[in-house]
Amino acid sequence: MILDLKTKVDKLGIEDRVSRITKRSLKSEAKLKGLKMILSMIDLTTLEGMDTNKRVEQLCYKATHLHNELPELPNVAAVCVYPNMVKTASSFLKYTEVKVASVSTAFPSGNSSLKVKIQETKEAVFNGADEIDMVISRGKFHSGEYNYVFDEIATIKENCGDKARLKVILETGELGDYDHIRLASEIAIKAGADFIKTSTGKIKPAATLPVTLVMLEAIKAHYYNTGKMVGMKPAGGISNSKLALQYLIMVKETLGNLWLDKHWFRFGASSLANDVLMQVLKQKTGFYQSNNYFSKD
Amino acid sequence: MSSKIKSLKYNGKWDFSPSIESVENLSIKKEYQLFINGQFQKPAANKYFSSINPSNEQQLSRIAKAESKDVNLAVSSARDAFNGHWRKISAKERAKYIYRIARIIQEKSKELAIVETLDGGKPIRESRDVDIPLTSAHFFYYAGWADKLKYAFPNRNPKPLGVVGQIIPWNFPLMMAAWKIAPALATGNTVVLKPAESTSITALLLAEIIKESELPPGVVNIITGDGSTGNLIVNHPDVNKIAFTGSTEVGKSIMESISGTNKRSTMELGGKAANIIFEDAPLDQAVEGVINGIYFNQGHVCCAGSRLFIQESVYDVVLRKLKDRMQSLLVGNPLDKNTDIGAVNSKQQLATIHKYINIGVKEGADIFQLNCELPNSGYWCPPTLFTNVSQSHSIAKEEIFGPVLAVQTFRTTKEVINKANNTPYGLSAGVWTDKGSKAFNLASKLKAGVIWANTYNKFDPTSPFGGYKESGHGREGGLHGLSPYLNIE
Amino acid sequence: MSKRIKVLKTYKIFIDGKFPRTESGRYTQLKKDNIPIANICLSSRKDIKNAVLSARNAFESWFSKSAYNRSQILYRIAEILEGNKNQFIQELILQGEDSKKAILEIDYSIDRIIYFAGWPDKINPIFGSVNPVASSHFNFTILEPMGVVGIIAPEENSLLGLISSIIPVILSGNTCVAIVSEKLPLCAISLAEVISNSDVPNGVVNIITGNKDELAPHLAQHMDVNALGLNIENKELKNQIFLRASNNLKRLVDVSKYNIQDSNFESPYIVKKFMEAKTTWHPIEKDFTSSNNY
Repeated sequence: MILDLKTKVDKLGIEDRVSRITKRSLKSEAKLKGLKMILSMIDLTTLEGMDTNKRVEQLCYKATHLHNELPELPNVAAVCVYPNMVKTASSFLKYTEVKVASVSTAFPSGNSSLKVKIQETKEAVFNGADEIDMVISRGKFHSGEYNYVFDEIATIKENCGDKARLKVILETGELGDYDHIRLASEIAIKAGADFIKTSTGKIKPAATLPVTLVMLEAIKAHYYNTGKMVGMKPAGGISNSKLALQYLIMVKETLGNLWLDKHWFRFGASSLANDVLMQVLKQKTGFYQSNNYFSKD
Repeated sequence: MSSKIKSLKYNGKWDFSPSIESVENLSIKKEYQLFINGQFQKPAANKYFSSINPSNEQQLSRIAKAESKDVNLAVSSARDAFNGHWRKISAKERAKYIYRIARIIQEKSKELAIVETLDGGKPIRESRDVDIPLTSAHFFYYAGWADKLKYAFPNRNPKPLGVVGQIIPWNFPLMMAAWKIAPALATGNTVVLKPAESTSITALLLAEIIKESELPPGVVNIITGDGSTGNLIVNHPDVNKIAFTGSTEVGKSIMESISGTNKRSTMELGGKAANIIFEDAPLDQAVEGVINGIYFNQGHVCCAGSRLFIQESVYDVVLRKLKDRMQSLLVGNPLDKNTDIGAVNSKQQLATIHKYINIGVKEGADIFQLNCELPNSGYWCPPTLFTNVSQSHSIAKEEIFGPVLAVQTFRTTKEVINKANNTPYGLSAGVWTDKGSKAFNLASKLKAGVIWANTYNKFDPTSPFGGYKESGHGREGGLHGLSPYLNIE
Repeated sequence: MSKRIKVLKTYKIFIDGKFPRTESGRYTQLKKDNIPIANICLSSRKDIKNAVLSARNAFESWFSKSAYNRSQILYRIAEILEGNKNQFIQELILQGEDSKKAILEIDYSIDRIIYFAGWPDKINPIFGSVNPVASSHFNFTILEPMGVVGIIAPEENSLLGLISSIIPVILSGNTCVAIVSEKLPLCAISLAEVISNSDVPNGVVNIITGNKDELAPHLAQHMDVNALGLNIENKELKNQIFLRASNNLKRLVDVSKYNIQDSNFESPYIVKKFMEAKTTWHPIEKDFTSSNNY
């Protein structure tokens, strides 16, 4: 298998493009529409060592009842949990459209044996996970063992079966230059990723606008080469609506209409939802909100 | 195979709502006078001309037309100031005046940006983020040189020239005024400046700022008018130097007029820059640079990258990326913060652009234009590109000064260097490649005054700007921008 | 109607953008004609240590600001100083200066800052170069700041002397720790207040008061200080400092050689003394002709 290692990315150029995007100004209709889209694209996430079943159930409730005062709001796209919480989430969300995403492959470090990673994945899928968020082996990537990285992704994809979609976390904060991020994106895409995702959210920097742009460009190149779409998910560090809207504008101006849909774009976030709700209410009422009026789950 | 894959669509699902900059606190005067000898005064012949907003063709204001009596008064005020009080002020104190001007511009930047957009048609985002900041930066930069000239010219005793006549264009009205006035003042000269006819208002606001800075009277005079006013300045016997930015055509006639006189000159004229993409370039960023190079400021940029050379092996990919990127460009109300491409500056300019577009089609090139809605009134041109262009096509040779890109291909470095240099112009050029040694090779061979490698349209007060050949002579910006205003013998 | 009691000022030191007291808790009383004026912090070597740490942490981001940005910040120091002129005049008079001289000193200080504020983006055009090497390389030399500079400010001309010691050093991107005049320290702390109000990032300038003989050696032998700018009249102290500074080959600039009262002090050469030259080579691909143009 030949990897296209040739694609070059100019850092300053990426940052220039991002700067243009962040200057876009969203008002009124467009802003409200964007906010609602964001809500529908959120993967509500809880990945704490101290997660309990009750905690997960609370989150699942929030996923389907964002703000009872505004019934016309969409539900979030998914709830993202550790593999041992999949059963709980899945049974709570059984009759809803909200997906259950499970991290896997020794999240977040990925430093475990392939056998363990496969087992973990199979169990999560068996317990009802609709989506698997795996991590790539960054150590192998930095050692130049790109084939290993590729094979691992392909194997996990295989073990997702027909029903579960695979999101591949690159952990861009550990990858180095934008060139590396582009390469990792291409490896993941070619190995069968349904989504490429920036980060585990456990280290800094997590998602950034420039890194997301690099990944969106990789997706675009793949689309024009093969006609196939791959989804994208920035995760971690997106805690306010203004930033989330900038991400969405970047998707719009890079990939266009087809990707403005929860099937192809997600936000990995926890506190973002409340900020979006506050903004929605501000758009409707005209005054700035206080977070005392929105439930903190 | 890739041609069977559907092009991505960027519009129609989630479009931007209008985000119009408010003009509430703004007031443009109904009439503006000439700024001579520290005062605003009526033109001697009481003539005025109209300044309109090119995005809706409405009149913004009436501007005074300076004729010979006014020009004479301006020059003599400048001369008196030069011989009298300006000379007596120490360089250190001179610097402080210029700092004041820079500071006040910063304080009034919002207002200046909005007026610049209304008068000239450029998007508010550009005036706000590019024009006005660069304007104040220029004044700051040159203020710092005023008392340091001996280090710029070791072993020399640099002296100012006297009265300098400056004529500026309509594409970056206020910024061009800064590029001219700042170095002139820093070096101890006095100024008579004529802004372009279609964009006088920000220059007049600058006059108000100059007055507010308490700059001594006569040191800077700003007189508005048309080409005839410019001629009067050029031909005035008591003007020691002419600084002109504008078309090569007018530049040539100015050089004719001053030939045989002792007048010094700097000319910053037209261009037909080559923007070159090699196969090993970071293509997405190169495309962004190309877009920025020709569509930014409606293409009204002397250093615009109006000729694109794509290395043949990546031609299809680059073209597809270009066309995709163009889909996200927004043409429309310059006051809308999302507008990328504003109004063409004037009816005449639009006519010129249309003329070239028609020529391009007639000559046999293939045209591609962004399909977008244009407002009913005002002067508009959507971003346009021509493919299958030959080196001999007029659209590849002549400056269009609009959002029109001519695309050609090349195979080798040698070939593209020859084609890029094959023009009477030589203002700027762009090179996109991942290989540093190739970038420096191109930079050393391209005959242009400004080479952008892996970037485009970057300006900075410390970076000298100016052209080779028919793009003019002399440099503005940096240490090099000082000598045109000094006698270093 | 009782007489209004004045609120007296406390003179603390300036480290990392904050005004702590010396960690040693010691003080020395500044007197004029035997009347106490203020209690000044008698700083210790631990304060020096903290200041150097702060200066080191601030270096990377101060250096990576654009020259234009640093110019603006220096200009702002001048603006704020101009606005606080009276306070400085009063303090100079309090310290025994004649009022006419005090006004001159502050005006001169402000103008000197403005002079140097114009230099950051002009140093490299003058001292940097593109070097026409014989091989096909693009070869260029730029001047860069050194890092953390230790400053011993002069005893006399407390304000002008301090400004003249600090501004040329920080304009190119260096950060500094300054031990100020022992006899006339008031303006130093007030200057710290001005600096703190002028968009200067924390840690770029740190100001320490106290006993010079005690403090200077600690600054001089600190391994994480890259250079010293000294304005010391006392030969013995100066030699001691030079000796200690050799432990990590600090660059030494003897500013006492210059007459800071003289306008000749205002030049880029003093700035250059606190900078290093870096030369970079990059190949230029040779093409069909055999020469390169750089």
